[in-house]
Amino acid sequence: MYVSIQEEDFDAGKLMAGLRQSSGCVGAVVSMVGLVRDTHGAEPVSALMLEHYPGMTQRALESICEQARARWAILDIAAVHRVGLLRPSEAIVFVGVASVHRAQAFAACEFVMDQLKTNIPIWKKEQRAHTAVWLEAQGSDLEAQTRWR
Amino acid sequence: MKLRLRYFAALREAVGISEETLIVPAAVCTAGALRTYLQARGGVWADALGPTRPIRIAINQRMAQPSDALEADAEVAFFPPVTGG
Repeated sequence: MYVSIQEEDFDAGKLMAGLRQSSGCVGAVVSMVGLVRDTHGAEPVSALMLEHYPGMTQRALESICEQARARWAILDIAAVHRVGLLRPSEAIVFVGVASVHRAQAFAACEFVMDQLKTNIPIWKKEQRAHTAVWLEAQGSDLEAQTRWR
Repeated sequence: MKLRLRYFAALREAVGISEETLIVPAAVCTAGALRTYLQARGGVWADALGPTRPIRIAINQRMAQPSDALEADAEVAFFPPVTGG
């Protein structure tokens, strides 16, 4: 298991390679990369500032990955979340899961994404044309999280 | 009881500080009681921590409920619903 909260960019290819090599039994690797969009509705976005709660963020993400490992027969998992100032098209988050068959990896990857959206202490502030706006939690994210109960 | 308080994101900006050390009366013994105690400072505190605000609380870096007990030297954080991912 690999979990990291970091300012610097990550190499999704290297993370995928690590997952592939975690065991000879790996038959599937599923990954998700979240990116900074350049617009919010019709408004251009020039940057995204991600604030977090150092220490708690790492532990909360580790806990989510542990839950995924307890729930599905997966072989390895990697989750990286960036913080700090990001520009449009930059990567924000990586979640990758290796398993024997694809179904477990797909489910676990989606579970980790849904959980981290609502349960790790990170907050986004969007720099738009004339203002900077703290994003509000989305009801749809909460619904996505609660369906795993 | 001495506590270390931390504030994040929009709440941090609203109250104007990111952390403080505070000695609270013994009656302030739960997360919810602490929130009420801070609201009583009035002004931006009353507004930012008001009952209609969807504020989350963590005790010693774990998510907490308003009824959860505080202990001496705990780190208590207040913040808005998270928006990572």
